Amino acid sequence: MKLTKLTALELGGAIKKGEVSVKEAAQAALDAVSAQDKALNAFITVTAERVLSRAEQLQAGVKDAQSPLYGVPMAIKDNICTRGVKTSCASKILGDFAPPYDAAVVDKLAQAGAVSLGKLNMDEFAMGSTSETSFYGPVKNPWDLERVPGGSSGGAAAAVAAGMGWYAVGSDTGGSIRQPASYCGVTGMKPTYGTVSRYGLIAYASSLDQIGPLCRDAADCAAILDVLQGKDAKDGTTLDGQYGNLLAGLTGDVRGLKIGLPVDCFGDGLDGEVKAAVLAVADVLKARGAEIVELSFPVMEYVVPAYYIIAAAEASSNLSRFDGVKYGWRAEEYEGLADLYRKTRTQGFGAEVKRRILLGTFVLSSGYYDAYYKKALQVKAVIKDAFDKAFGQCDLLLSPVAPTTAPRLGESLSDPLQMYLSDVYTVSVNLAGLPGLSMPCGFDGKGLPIGAQLIGPHFGEGVLLNAAHTFQLDTDWHKRTPKGGDLA
Amino acid sequence: MNITPELVEHIADLSRLELEAEEKRDMTAELERIVAYMAVLDKLDTEGVEPMSHVFPVKNVLREDEVEPSQDRAELLAGSPVPDREAFLVPKAVE
Amino acid sequence: MTWETVIGLETHVELATKTKIFCSCTTQFGGDPNTHCCPVCTGMPGTLPVLNKRVLEFAVKAGLALNCAITRYSKFDRKNYFYPDLPKAYQISQLYLPIARDGAVPIHTAASDKTIRIHELHMEEDAGKLIHDPWIDQTRADYNRCGVPLIEIVTEPDFRTADEVIAYLEKLKETLQYLGVSDCKMQEGSLRCDVNLSVRPMGSEKLGTRTEMKNLNSFKAIARAIDYEAKRQIELIEEGKRVVQETRRWDENKDATYAMRSKENAQDYRYFPEPDIPPIELTEEYLDELRSAQPELGEAKRARYQADYGLPEYDCQMITSDRVLAAFFEALVELGAPPKQGANWIMGEVLGALSARAMEPKEMKLTPPTLARLIARVAEGKLNRNTAVKVFEAVFDTDGDVDAYVKEHGLEQVNDDGLVREACARVLEAHPQSVTDYRGGKEKAFGFLVGQVMRELKGKANPQTVNAVLRELLTQ
Repeated sequence: MKLTKLTALELGGAIKKGEVSVKEAAQAALDAVSAQDKALNAFITVTAERVLSRAEQLQAGVKDAQSPLYGVPMAIKDNICTRGVKTSCASKILGDFAPPYDAAVVDKLAQAGAVSLGKLNMDEFAMGSTSETSFYGPVKNPWDLERVPGGSSGGAAAAVAAGMGWYAVGSDTGGSIRQPASYCGVTGMKPTYGTVSRYGLIAYASSLDQIGPLCRDAADCAAILDVLQGKDAKDGTTLDGQYGNLLAGLTGDVRGLKIGLPVDCFGDGLDGEVKAAVLAVADVLKARGAEIVELSFPVMEYVVPAYYIIAAAEASSNLSRFDGVKYGWRAEEYEGLADLYRKTRTQGFGAEVKRRILLGTFVLSSGYYDAYYKKALQVKAVIKDAFDKAFGQCDLLLSPVAPTTAPRLGESLSDPLQMYLSDVYTVSVNLAGLPGLSMPCGFDGKGLPIGAQLIGPHFGEGVLLNAAHTFQLDTDWHKRTPKGGDLA
Repeated sequence: MNITPELVEHIADLSRLELEAEEKRDMTAELERIVAYMAVLDKLDTEGVEPMSHVFPVKNVLREDEVEPSQDRAELLAGSPVPDREAFLVPKAVE
Repeated sequence: MTWETVIGLETHVELATKTKIFCSCTTQFGGDPNTHCCPVCTGMPGTLPVLNKRVLEFAVKAGLALNCAITRYSKFDRKNYFYPDLPKAYQISQLYLPIARDGAVPIHTAASDKTIRIHELHMEEDAGKLIHDPWIDQTRADYNRCGVPLIEIVTEPDFRTADEVIAYLEKLKETLQYLGVSDCKMQEGSLRCDVNLSVRPMGSEKLGTRTEMKNLNSFKAIARAIDYEAKRQIELIEEGKRVVQETRRWDENKDATYAMRSKENAQDYRYFPEPDIPPIELTEEYLDELRSAQPELGEAKRARYQADYGLPEYDCQMITSDRVLAAFFEALVELGAPPKQGANWIMGEVLGALSARAMEPKEMKLTPPTLARLIARVAEGKLNRNTAVKVFEAVFDTDGDVDAYVKEHGLEQVNDDGLVREACARVLEAHPQSVTDYRGGKEKAFGFLVGQVMRELKGKANPQTVNAVLRELLTQ
C-alpha cells in the first residue's frame, strides 16, 4: 500500500483498523518531505523529532480514538501559533518567535489526534498570491517547479499535492486557501466567517481572515471542518456553525439543487481553458439532477478595490505590533526608540508588506478615511446585498477560482496591481463572510490543474461540501498527483 | 487623487517605515496607480448605505469577570530581543 | 483687560473589576513586573480581545449616574499609535459610538451653583508602565496595567475656575465610589485628569487656543496647574505672543507646566472600527435593571440624613464621605442606635481608629452590630461613655464580643446609688479644701471631685449619677 496515495480519511481508517501504525504514517510523511521539500520549499520548520514521539504517544490511544483523522500527519501554515514551535509568518521580523500559546485550532487538532509535521511556507504575513514574498524563499508548484503554487497558503497546497502530509490547515483572507488549492490541484475550503476560531491566527485583516483546510478531497475537507468549527470563548467573533456533522451529510445526492452561474464571472479576462473546465462542473452536477440557473452579479468591478482598502487598513493596524520590542527580530543598529521602530520595521518587512501597510495607513489617515475606508465599508454592504439577492435564486454559486492556471515564478510580483486584480473571483467571498470551496476540475494544455469555486450562503458548508463530494464521485481530477514528486 | 512624495513620506512616518529616495519615488508611483484604480468605487452610489464593519449580526459577546491565572513571566519574555528576567527593554522612552 | 479661563476635563477612571477589560488577568494593583499578564494583554500575535461583562455594566451605571443618554448600539474602535507602553500599538477605545453621551453634573461652589455638561463617556483599556533604569540606560516596560479597564469622561468646556473643577471632580469621585465602579484613588492612578485650558477676553464668545495638561496627580496639583497655565497664557497674549496648541506636562516640583515633545502633538490616530469585537446592543430591560439597581448617591443621602434624622450638615458630610461609612451608619440606625449617637461614634472613634491604623473604611473588621451593641450598653447605663471607648478600642480590630469583654474585664458600670453615695461621701471627707472652693463658687473644683469619685469606682460609675449625688451632698 502506497500510503501517500490515500486520503486522510482512508489513512485514518487504516490506522484505526491497525493496518498502519501512526509511526509508519508519520515516517512516510517525513520521507516525502526529505525527498521533495528541497525542491518545493513548502516547509519553514519541520519538527521531525516531535513527530515521531507524538506518533508513538498516539499509537497507544488508537483503540479509543473517536476522530476519523486520529493519527493522520498534517501540517500547519506558519501564521498559526504553535506553542514553543517557531511561528514566523514567513517574515524576517518575527525572527525565531516561538509563541507562548497554541492557537485554538491547534488545540482542537491535537485533541483529534493530529500529528503535526511542522510549519508551512507562505507569502509574508499572508500578503500575496504566489508564495514568493516569503523571507524563506519562494515555494514551487509540484506540477511545474518553474511555476508558483499560488498564495498565500502556497506551502500548504504544495505540501498536500506532493504527499507531504495528508492535509494542511491554512488561512484565507482574500482567496489564500482557494487559489493555491486551485493552482496545486487540491481541495481547499474557506468556511463561513466566524465558524472557526481565529484565536492564534496572526492577523492580516481581522474582518476577513478565516482558517480552513487544504486536502485531497471534499470528504477530508468535511472531516477536518468537523474538528475545527465551533464557537470559541477566546474569539468574540465566532459563532456556532449551525450545521451538524458535515462528513455524515455527504450523500452524493444533489437532485433539485439550484446552482447559480454568475455570468459576470465568465466574461473578459478569463482564460478559455479555465472557463471550459469550470463550466463542465455544471454539466457533471446537472447529470446528477442539479438545476443550473444563470444569474447576474453586477458588482464584480468593485470587489477588488473594496477588498484591498479594507484588508490594507486592518493590516496596517495589525502589523504595528511588530516593532522589535516584545518578540522577534530587532534591527542591529539604531539610535533611540524612534529609530529602533523605524529600522526594525523597514528592514524586517518585505516590499509587498510595506506596500500594504502604507496603503492601509493612507486610507485610514486624517482626510482620506471617508473617501476610501468608509466608502469601502459601504461597498462591502452592497456586495453582501448582491450575494443575498443571488442566494434568493440559487443554493450555490459556481465560478472560477482564478483567471488563469499557475503563472511562472517572478511573473506576478513585477506588477502588484495586476496581481491584485487576479484575486477578483475570491475576495468577494471574504467581504461577505461566505463559505467558499475550491476543487480540481481539469487541467490545461500545459498540464496545470484548474480549480472551480463553489460559494454558499452563510453556514452553507453542508450543501457546498455535498456538491463538491458529488462532483468528485463522478470525476478523478482530485486523484491525480503531480509528476514533480515521486508519487506514483 | 494626486499622491505626492510628501504624502508618501507622511504615511511612511505614521507607519514607522523609512523609504530611500528611489523607494519613495517607486512607492509614490505605485500608490498613485493603485489609488487611481480604486476610484472605480466612486461609480457606485452608496448614498445612505450603512458602512458594514461586521458582516454578522453577532453582538454582545461578553466574558464573566472571573480571574484566571496569568501566564508564566519567563515564557512571555522568552521571545524578547533583549533578554531580561522581569521586563521588556527599550531605549529610553520616559521623559 | 479682564480675562476668562475656559476649562474642559478629560478624566480617566479605572474600573474596580476583578479582571482586565479584554482578558482574565487580575487587575490587582502592584505585583512584580509582568506577572499579571497573558498573551492577550501583552499583545502577542494572534491573540484576540473578549469584553468583560462587568466593564460594560460599570460604564453604563456611571453613564446613568451622570445623567447621560446611553448609546443603544455601541462599538469599539482602534486608536493607532506607537509607544512601548502599548504592546499592540493600538489602544482599543470608543470614538464613533461611545457608550454614553450628553450628561449633566450639577456642582456647587462657594461662588455659584452650575451644571457641567458631559460630552461623552467611553470604555477603553489602560496602557502599561515604563520605568527608566539609569544603570543600564534602558526603559523597562511592565504590562501589568495593560488592559486594566478605564472609562474616560469628557466634559464640555464649562468650567471657569479651579474651584469648579475641584467641585466637579469631588462630585465625580463620590458618585463613582458610591456606584462601586471605581476606587478613584489618585495616588494609585485610578483617577487621572487631563485639563484642557484656554483663555479669552471676558465677554468673548470665541474660544482661545487651548493647551492640554497631563500628569496631574492630585486635586492640589490640578488647582495649581490651572492657575499657573491661565496666567502663562494671559501673559503670552498680553505680550503679543500666541498660545500654541500643545500638550504640556505639569511638573509638581517646579510648580510649572512645560511643553512635551512636539512629535506627540502631531498625531493621526487613524481610528477605525475594531473588527475583533462585535457591537454592543443594549435592551431597555437591561437598562431598566441597572437603573433600578442604582444605589442612593451621597447627595441624596445627605439630604435624607438631615431631613429624617435631623443630623447637622457637617455630620452628614463626614458620614457620606465614604460609601462604606454611610452604609455602616445606616446599619447602626437600623439596629436601633440613635442617629446622632451613631454619627458621633463614626465621626469620633471609628474615623480616629481608622486614621491611627492608616486604614480604609472598607478594610475595617468592626461590624455595625458590634458598635450598635456598645451604643446600646451605654444607653442602658451598663457602660459609661469613657469605658465604652476603651471597649471599642479592644474590639475594633477583631470585631470582638462587647459583652464578653465587659464581663471579663469587670467593666460594668456602677449604677448602684448606694455605692456611688458612699464613694462620694469618702471623697468629700478627704478633700475639704475642694468642698470649700466649690461652695465659694469655684466650679472647677466640682470637676476635680467628680474625677476623684470616678477613680474610687475605677471609672465604672455612671457619670450622671455621680454628678447628681455630688451636687446633692454639696448643697446639703
